[in-house]
Amino acid sequence: MDPSPQSTPPTGDDPAAAADPDLPRLTVTQVEQMKVEARVGDIYRSLFGAAPNTKSIMLELWRDQHIEYLTPGLRHMGPAFHVLDANRPWLCYWMVHPLALLDEALDDDLENDIIDFLARCQDKDGGYSGGPGQLPHLATTYAAVNTLVTIGSERALSSINRGNLYNFMLQMKDVSGAFRMHDGGEIDVRASYTAISVASLVNILDFKLAKGVGDYIARCQTYEGGIAGEPYAEAHGGYTFCGLAALILLNEAEKVDLPSLIGWVAFRQGVECGFQGRTNKLVDGCYSFWQGAAIAFTQKLITIVDKQLKSSYSCKRPSGEDACSTSSYGCTAKKSSSAVDYAKFGFDFIQQSNQIGPLFHNIALQQYILLCSQVLEGGLRDKPGKNRDHYHSCYCLSGLAVSQYSAMTDTGSCPLPQHVLGPYSNLLEPIHPLYNVVLDKYHTAYEFFSEE
Amino acid sequence: MEHTKSGPSSWPELADVVPVPQDDGPSPVVSIAYRDDFREVMDYFRALYLTGERSPRALRLTAEAIELNPGNYTVWHFRRLILESLDFDLLEEMKFVEKIAECNPKNYQIWHHKRWLAEKLGPGIANKEHEFTMKILAIDAKNYHAWSHRQWVLQALGGWETELEYCDHLLKEDVFNNSAWNQRYFVITRSPFLGGLAAMRDSEVDYTIEAILANAQNESPWRYLKGLYKGENNLLVEDERISAVCFKVLKNDWTCVFALSLLLDLLCTGLQPSDELRSTLETIRSSHPETADDDPAAAVCCILQKCDPLRVNYWSWFKDTLSQIS
Ligand SMILES: [Zn+2]
Repeated sequence: MDPSPQSTPPTGDDPAAAADPDLPRLTVTQVEQMKVEARVGDIYRSLFGAAPNTKSIMLELWRDQHIEYLTPGLRHMGPAFHVLDANRPWLCYWMVHPLALLDEALDDDLENDIIDFLARCQDKDGGYSGGPGQLPHLATTYAAVNTLVTIGSERALSSINRGNLYNFMLQMKDVSGAFRMHDGGEIDVRASYTAISVASLVNILDFKLAKGVGDYIARCQTYEGGIAGEPYAEAHGGYTFCGLAALILLNEAEKVDLPSLIGWVAFRQGVECGFQGRTNKLVDGCYSFWQGAAIAFTQKLITIVDKQLKSSYSCKRPSGEDACSTSSYGCTAKKSSSAVDYAKFGFDFIQQSNQIGPLFHNIALQQYILLCSQVLEGGLRDKPGKNRDHYHSCYCLSGLAVSQYSAMTDTGSCPLPQHVLGPYSNLLEPIHPLYNVVLDKYHTAYEFFSEE
Repeated sequence: MEHTKSGPSSWPELADVVPVPQDDGPSPVVSIAYRDDFREVMDYFRALYLTGERSPRALRLTAEAIELNPGNYTVWHFRRLILESLDFDLLEEMKFVEKIAECNPKNYQIWHHKRWLAEKLGPGIANKEHEFTMKILAIDAKNYHAWSHRQWVLQALGGWETELEYCDHLLKEDVFNNSAWNQRYFVITRSPFLGGLAAMRDSEVDYTIEAILANAQNESPWRYLKGLYKGENNLLVEDERISAVCFKVLKNDWTCVFALSLLLDLLCTGLQPSDELRSTLETIRSSHPETADDDPAAAVCCILQKCDPLRVNYWSWFKDTLSQIS
């Protein structure tokens, strides 16, 4: 999911060469995994050995440091960031959103300057580009709209040209129903999510935009249970979030096999306590959000999950019937009319309470984020040994918010202290996880765009 | 043509072009402190992009801009328009994009451009494309973009003949490589030469079981094994090799979560509790009385709750759900 074009060169050491010739050879995967486990193990051992007082300091969220890291970038970025020159609305979102999670208000001038800058990225024919004068792109459109919603002022929300945006999205729609990222650009699940999320958020989603998207996403679910970027590719946390979130916004979650999706995501949480993005890959803090939010969604989809489980287990005793094949009872007829109120699906989802507790280890995940992802000087990272960056700061904190609120069964209340690891002051603002914007900002935008 | 390393302001062919600076407005945000060479190239690029000029000098300029920032999709897009109007040699272009890809293997734009080129070049290019992804995968065997590209080439242009062998080779090198398992699944289900999943299932089950027995803590073959019976739970239960491998692994290590989890699936789908199952559960139960339950599926859930504490929420939920829906 990381849209940044930076490459990460592989490390040079050859693990096979280091192995004892008499022992079974360790593979690259095993060696890399062992290195990470050792590093994380050291950190956790120092936690368990610490005095209670030290323990609670170790588990603190370093709010001030994160704010200090995130704020200056909104004005100035160093020369090395030229590789993100086509991702500038993303840079805005990766700073504005985590600051909102930390409940840190921006000053009015800065907010207005962001609105002006994004207006320069808004194409005259709709959508937002990676920087002034570039082509409109669905991913940067998502970043721009989420940034404006997070700012939340009337000036911010009314700066979005919804009519043009709708036309842009229609042009990005492929005959298959899926979306492409930009004119002549790639088609994948990310494009479908960013399109559907934006359209739902600004209340322009209709049958014409929605048609065929759910079927495309369903084709991307793999034999493992997770969702891939394209049909037949490997199940991946980023795409699993994108696919499931889009399906829920379309009210078509029954189109994927949810029990197997849940089983796959649950198994992506590893001994390091954080999530990996794919089977047998290394833990990475950003999947705290992608995987964490995806599995948290299912706490509100239990009615469908039960139905699917019942149908797949009902064919006990071989009968030769095809009753086992999943997701065959999704009622599509109900959506064939254009009178469906699509914006309602995102709204109803967040109003609805969790039907069950979290299906992942919400406390363990917070432990990974706080102890392994936080950087002392501020900012968050993929894993120990890596550098902080804005992308990981945004998604580690989003994942922290998801896990802090995941044990709540009543939407209106606050999480209990035992569900917030570390001091209760660690509690972040709640988010609307389908869009990944702070919840009260979402409500403001929802009201604003329902009146339009 | 020799490309000098000096900037476009010194290119004779651009003498008549007036560079266009980026319009960031009076008080910019996320303002990048561009180096002079970057700014210069982009200012000239903007000038030609705005007029839509599709010329050799514009093509050369896009190459400069791409080398400085291969993530700029607008530059790539414009480059494709120019290539089309100039009727440029696409094999040359392939060399260009491959040179960029080797330094930036995880970039969406490069792979998209490569796909666009390969589509135009047609089936004759298939083997060269496979060689290229092989080269990238030799450095990072899990590169998601490279795998997606490889799958696209197989479907659109062919080259399936040796793909199963390639998967086998990668799995021999690293049996934990889940991307290689995924590719294997793709090949056995989609290859026009293998007869599809139904024809391949039997031998694949043996292959997978061998991998499991060699390393029962490797999740990939466990998932693959279940995938071989996707949508055909009844056949999964009927294949005695499946329950047998679970028992075999559990005999050595009753805490193997993958074996327990597959066994649970089998029980939920109608596996009749055999004597072997009862005795396996009995052994576990004798040392861990809290896992006792009359229903074998519920008993396995209890064991999982105990030996897979990270997923205790998941297994508790699953156990409750089972008791409700049965
Ligand atoms: Zn990451």
